[in-house]
Amino acid sequence: MSKKEIMQANQYLTFVMRDEDFAIEIAKVREVLDVSSLTRIPRMPDYLSGVINLRGNVVPVMDLGLKLGMAPVEKTKNTCIMIVEVEVEGFEVELGVLTDSVQMVLNLPPEAVEPVPKMGTDLNTDFIKGMGRQDEKFLIILDIDTILASEGKATLREGGMAEAAPADAENAGMADIP
Amino acid sequence: MESGSICESHRNMSLSGIKKALKLEIAARSGENIGAGSKALRDGQMAEPEYAEIFREETSELLEELESSLLDLEKAPEDLKLVGRVFRAMHTIKGSGSMFGFDEIAGFTHHVETVLDLVRNGKVPVTNELIDQVLAARDHIKNLLDASTVGGEAEQGRGNEIIAALKALAAGETASSGVTKEVSEKSSESAAAAGKTGEEVPLDKGGLAHYRIRFCPLAAFAESGLKEEDLFKELEKLGECSVFHTNKEQQPCSEQPKWDIILTTAEGLNAVKDVFIFVEHLAQISIKTLIEDVEQEDLLEHKRIGEILVERGDVMFEDVERVLAQQKPLGKMLVDAKLVSHAQIESALAEQKTYQQNKFLAKSKGSIRVASEKLDKLINLVGELVVTQARLSQVSASIEQNEFLEPVEEVERLTAELRDCVLDVRMLPIGTTFGKFSRLVRDLSSELGKEIDLVTEGAETELDKTVIERLNDPLIHLIRNAIDHGIELPAERETIGKPRRGYVRLTAIHSGANVIISIQDDGRGLDPAKIRAKAEANGLLTPKEEISDQEVLGLIFAAGFSTAEKVTNVSGRGVGMDVVKSAIDNLNGSVEISSRKGEDTTITITLPLTLAIIDGLLVRAGDTHFVLPLNMVEECVELTSAEIARYHGRRVLPVREHLMPYVRLRDFFEIEGERPDREQMVVVQMDGDRAGVVLDEVIGGHQTVIKSLGWIYRQAEGLSGSTILGSGEVALIIDVPQLVQRAHREEAMSIRSRSAAVH
Repeated sequence: MSKKEIMQANQYLTFVMRDEDFAIEIAKVREVLDVSSLTRIPRMPDYLSGVINLRGNVVPVMDLGLKLGMAPVEKTKNTCIMIVEVEVEGFEVELGVLTDSVQMVLNLPPEAVEPVPKMGTDLNTDFIKGMGRQDEKFLIILDIDTILASEGKATLREGGMAEAAPADAENAGMADIP
Repeated sequence: MESGSICESHRNMSLSGIKKALKLEIAARSGENIGAGSKALRDGQMAEPEYAEIFREETSELLEELESSLLDLEKAPEDLKLVGRVFRAMHTIKGSGSMFGFDEIAGFTHHVETVLDLVRNGKVPVTNELIDQVLAARDHIKNLLDASTVGGEAEQGRGNEIIAALKALAAGETASSGVTKEVSEKSSESAAAAGKTGEEVPLDKGGLAHYRIRFCPLAAFAESGLKEEDLFKELEKLGECSVFHTNKEQQPCSEQPKWDIILTTAEGLNAVKDVFIFVEHLAQISIKTLIEDVEQEDLLEHKRIGEILVERGDVMFEDVERVLAQQKPLGKMLVDAKLVSHAQIESALAEQKTYQQNKFLAKSKGSIRVASEKLDKLINLVGELVVTQARLSQVSASIEQNEFLEPVEEVERLTAELRDCVLDVRMLPIGTTFGKFSRLVRDLSSELGKEIDLVTEGAETELDKTVIERLNDPLIHLIRNAIDHGIELPAERETIGKPRRGYVRLTAIHSGANVIISIQDDGRGLDPAKIRAKAEANGLLTPKEEISDQEVLGLIFAAGFSTAEKVTNVSGRGVGMDVVKSAIDNLNGSVEISSRKGEDTTITITLPLTLAIIDGLLVRAGDTHFVLPLNMVEECVELTSAEIARYHGRRVLPVREHLMPYVRLRDFFEIEGERPDREQMVVVQMDGDRAGVVLDEVIGGHQTVIKSLGWIYRQAEGLSGSTILGSGEVALIIDVPQLVQRAHREEAMSIRSRSAAVH
């Protein structure tokens, strides 16, 4: 491992969805974009938001909120698209991930990352790499490869949060499919 | 060839020079001394991996050629040209194999070549067993070649078996001297004529042979009253001929004259010899062909004048070396040094010219090999250029500057031209794929005990490279099906009055922006009743459902459908036709089947010429832009709310006195918002089926660079891809066949539900 790789291995990009803190490994993230014109692909599951033109390439975009079984991502001035690179069926593909807002790049040494407790939480451990401790807060470190490669929704909490969250009519229009 | 020629080439230490020199050396030694040749190389260039790659590519091509020649030879065993082709392919594989250090291939091929040489000389006849063995040898070379890539071990034993079988064939035939061959008779005749065997005269790429005739009349010649000029006139009748009096200046009257004649002719060696037939005893005549092996012609093209003179024995190699050291034109230096006469130089120059012309011929017809990634990159760049150009046009239209308009239009025209050019470069004749199928048909039919001919038509039809590559597997599948399920056993065919031999006919033709490929066999055909029964058993159809026979036949494309009663290792595992269908769908093509029970089955595949860039019609529904492939668009009509009301909400509209079903994009793609009062309907057609696509606005033509929607959207309904507009927005390309089908299905359903409501 080169020095750079070691550095990257301990670095995470943190973001917020529905007031909850999440993180993914920085090595997976290509860039972060503002939401520009998004072309919806009709007749597809709601978590597939559409496609964008990324410098001449058509890149699919996914609503991470809906994909994780939570409420759809709200469209505000903070909303952004993280372009991540994931491996699907042996191919590297670029994919846009819609989130509420991206926070910062965080250094987390391995000892600050704890495995997900098997008991006592309603979190689905399949999609989580671990829990990162930052000061007093806990971050959920997502296993973005597994999430994006999974068919259908990758519901994070068995209880489900989608129903609990108030469905904003304007935002839901973007992702809601009867 | 003397070793001098190699040193000569070493003078220019360019890589290609060395390569050529080494190739020359190998060519000279091949046959007797393979090991030494490859060793010489090992010290030099062999380690270069790109040469090994070139060897693999070239050998793969040669093996394909070998296979098709062998299959042709099987049909016409007497054709000596085919034997020559087979031999030359093997010979080249051996030669370059040892040159690039593929010793195992070279060693094996050497033995095969030895047997083929006997065949070429008419000592061993062409039999089916021989073809079988040589085909097996070809496969073995292929295995060795593949093994050298992946580093695996090919079976050594297999090679020995083949060699043993070939040797046995050769030994058996040469021992039975009862077999007299036409060829050997001929050769003995002509051997008597000029002391040279009657082996085939090599021809250049233009089908012409080149001879060097050295004619030295004896004293008796002049006494007989014959004139050299008369002979030369005879020669001129055969073709282009240059005559040189080589010792005119050197020794004016001491000796009898000597003549060198360079003759380029389409006639054979015998015709040339006939000219001299009456003066044979009056002169020394030697006739030599200049190009010794068509396959190695490229080596000889580069012969220098020094080499030619040395080879002719006109001058010693050392003398050439010495004279070369002084930097003057070689010809002049040699004359100055009184080593050769002026005329000798002239003569040699003329010979050199024939080589150069040959090279020119080869060049003008020639092609270059380009890695396909480079082409793909080129296509991508042109695609981006097209997108940028669209943007430029849009900007120019919006700022309305007249002086700007003209160059922008020029760029538009050039871009379109460039696009067509680049797309054309990627076009390949489909025959490259067809060629492979002869072997498949041969092997399969013999395995199944059937007698089947493969007939191909339109092999020159050109299609995008990617399309051809992705078409290979579906076609193999369809041909296997035709052979296994379609065509009956010979005995069965005879009892029902069909000829013993069945056929599979593979045709390709252009039709507009599409290519139509059909696979037809004259086998037992498909039985709609049987398919129906099977479909009902599989739950694809309910017994009450009434569908036409044509639709029943279409069911065989459904997943998990196979009517073969028993599963063979050839076909019939129920995965197949649906795989074929989806492969063709992925190529934006369509596949249809028609069959007459007991007579024939035809599968017709319609494919677009290219996958990368299409002409499209840009339309809009709501805020979303869509592109319809222009080759499927027939016309545009208007749809008003009054007309919608006239048909009570049924989705049909009369177009040219036919009620045409339509699909509204807003409904199909669930686009929100009010639809306008006047909508547009674009009439599209697909395989004769027509339907309307209703949308808000037709914007105009659009050069569409197709971009995949990505793996996430591979199941997107009604869409086949996307493209980027001049504004940077992504537009979606409509999958017209899916939409048309959908329109017809919905219309049929609404009629059914209506009639149900009436009853």
